[in-house]
Amino acid sequence: MIEVKNLSKRYGITQAVRDVSFEVKRGEVLGFLGPNGAGKTTTMKIITCYIPPTDGTVSVAGFDILENPLDVRKRIGYLPESTPLYTDLMVEEYLYFVAQMRQIPISQRQQRIKKIIETCSLKEVLKKDIGQLSKGFKQRVGLAQAMIHDPDILILDEPTSGLDPNQIIEIRQLIKKLGKEKTIILSTHILPEVSATCDRVIIINEGQLVASGTPSELQEQAAGDTILYSSIKALKKDIESVLPTLDFVKEFRLIDTQDSFLRYKIITQKTESDPGEQLFSAAVKNNWILSEIHKENLSMEDIFLKLTS
Amino acid sequence: MGIIAALAKKELKSYFVSPVAYVLITIFLVLSNWLFFNTYFLDQQASMRLFIARMPWIFLFFIPAITMRVWAEEKKLGTIELLMTLPVKDFQAVLGKFIASFIFLFICIALTISVPITVAVTGAPDWGPIIGGYLGVLLMGAAYLALGLFISSVTENQIVAFIISLMCSFFLLIIGENFVLYSIPEFFVPLFEFLGIGSHFESISRGVIDSRDLIYYFSFIFFFLFMNVKSVESRKW
Repeated sequence: MIEVKNLSKRYGITQAVRDVSFEVKRGEVLGFLGPNGAGKTTTMKIITCYIPPTDGTVSVAGFDILENPLDVRKRIGYLPESTPLYTDLMVEEYLYFVAQMRQIPISQRQQRIKKIIETCSLKEVLKKDIGQLSKGFKQRVGLAQAMIHDPDILILDEPTSGLDPNQIIEIRQLIKKLGKEKTIILSTHILPEVSATCDRVIIINEGQLVASGTPSELQEQAAGDTILYSSIKALKKDIESVLPTLDFVKEFRLIDTQDSFLRYKIITQKTESDPGEQLFSAAVKNNWILSEIHKENLSMEDIFLKLTS
Repeated sequence: MGIIAALAKKELKSYFVSPVAYVLITIFLVLSNWLFFNTYFLDQQASMRLFIARMPWIFLFFIPAITMRVWAEEKKLGTIELLMTLPVKDFQAVLGKFIASFIFLFICIALTISVPITVAVTGAPDWGPIIGGYLGVLLMGAAYLALGLFISSVTENQIVAFIISLMCSFFLLIIGENFVLYSIPEFFVPLFEFLGIGSHFESISRGVIDSRDLIYYFSFIFFFLFMNVKSVESRKW
C-alpha cells in the first residue's frame, strides 16, 4: 500500500531523514517510533505530499507522490502533529468545508458527515467554535476531518499527545477499530501505545531506520536477554568480584541498598542454563543470603533506549 | 471549480465570523463618507470625483487590513499543512482566497451606494465618471488585494504583513504621482508613470476606459497571484 524507498530529506545543512526504506501492507497498523526530532514528522509530511523528498521515492497505492500528488492525497487522511484547525469555524461548518474540499458528492455529503460525527462522538459540540473546544475534542475533530472521505490510508502524527489517560484509551480503541479495515501509520514517542495498537513497529533515530518488526519480534531481537533483579546479603566487594565470573552476566549495577541487602540489576545474555539457577548456586557456594530473584523481559522502553541512545 | 468555490466560501465565512470585519467595514464607510460629504454640500457640484479620488489613499490602509491575516494566520496556526494536503492544487488555493477577499471588498464598496444616491437626489450627476470610477476602484482594489495576499503569504505575522503591504502599496501608488515624476530624471518618467497604480486610476476614474489601463491592472493582479502561488510552493524548495 505504501512503499518508501531510500528516502532522504535535508533542510539546509540538517539531514532530517537519511536513506529510510520501508513498506506498509494493506490493513496494517504501523507504529512509527523515535525520540523527538528523529524524522518521524518529516517522513509523514513527505508521504502526504506536503513537502517533497530530497532523494528517494514514495508510492502510495501505486501512485508516486511527485507525479500524482492529487491521487495520493485523495487516498490519505492526515492528522498533523498538534492538530491545526481553523479556530474561528464551528465544528459543523468545518466538517462541511472539508467534505466539500474532499469532493464528496452532494448526495452522500450529509450522510458521511453524520456518520463521522457518530464515529468520533462529536454530537454535543457541533455548534461550538473549534477554538473553544478542549484538547480531546479538538483531537477528535482532527480525526474526523482525516476520515471524512473514508480513505484507505490514515496517517496520524502523535494522535494521543496532550490527552488525558481516558481520552488516550478512547483514541487507541478507535484506532484499533479502524485498523481492521484501513492502513494506518501512527507516530508516537509513547511506548505502551505501540504494543497496544500496532501490528508492526519501525524505530527511527537521527533520521535513520534502526529497527523494524512486530512488537514481539523486536522484544526478542533486542533482548535475547532478560533482566534479573536480585537482593543479596553479602560484602559488596565479594559480590562484585564473583558476578563478572558468571557467564550469564553481561552487565550489572547496584541499584538499591536496604538494611544489609544489596539490590542488583543484572542484564543477562543467552547461556545454556537458566540465569536464576546459576545465580542461586553461586550464592550457595559463597554463603550469600538471597532474598529476591526476579526476572523481567525487556520492555519496549528498554528496547527503545537501547536502540536510540 | 467546486474546490475553489468551497474554499472561497469558507474564507468569506471566516471574514464575517470575526468582529474585526465589521469594525473594518464601519471605519471604511465612515471615513469615505465623511471625507466626501465634508465638502460636498459646500462645493455644490453633483459629482463623485472627490469620493473616487480619495479611494487609493483609503485603500492603502483598508486593503492590507483585509489581506493581512489570510495566509499569515494559516501559517501560524499550521492549518496550511492540512489545506495543502487536501486534494487542492496550489493555484486553486490562491485563487479561492483571492476571490473571497475580492467579494469582501465588493461588499464594502457596494455599501457606499448611499453616496451616488445622495448625489443623484441633490443634483444631476454625469453617470459616466461615476460608473467608470467604481470600475476603477474595483480594479485598483483587486490589484492591492493581490499584492497584499502575496505579502501575507511570505510571513506568519499579521502585523508584519500589514505594514509591508502598506509600504509596498504606498510605494507603487506614489511613483506615478506628479510630484515624484517631476523630481526624477526625465528618462524614467514614462516607466514610473506606467508602473504607478495612481496614474492608471486617474484615467479610469474620469470615465475613460483605456485598454492600456486594463492590461496594467490585469497583469498586476496576475503577477502577484503568480508570486503567491510560488510562495505557497516555496515549502517544496
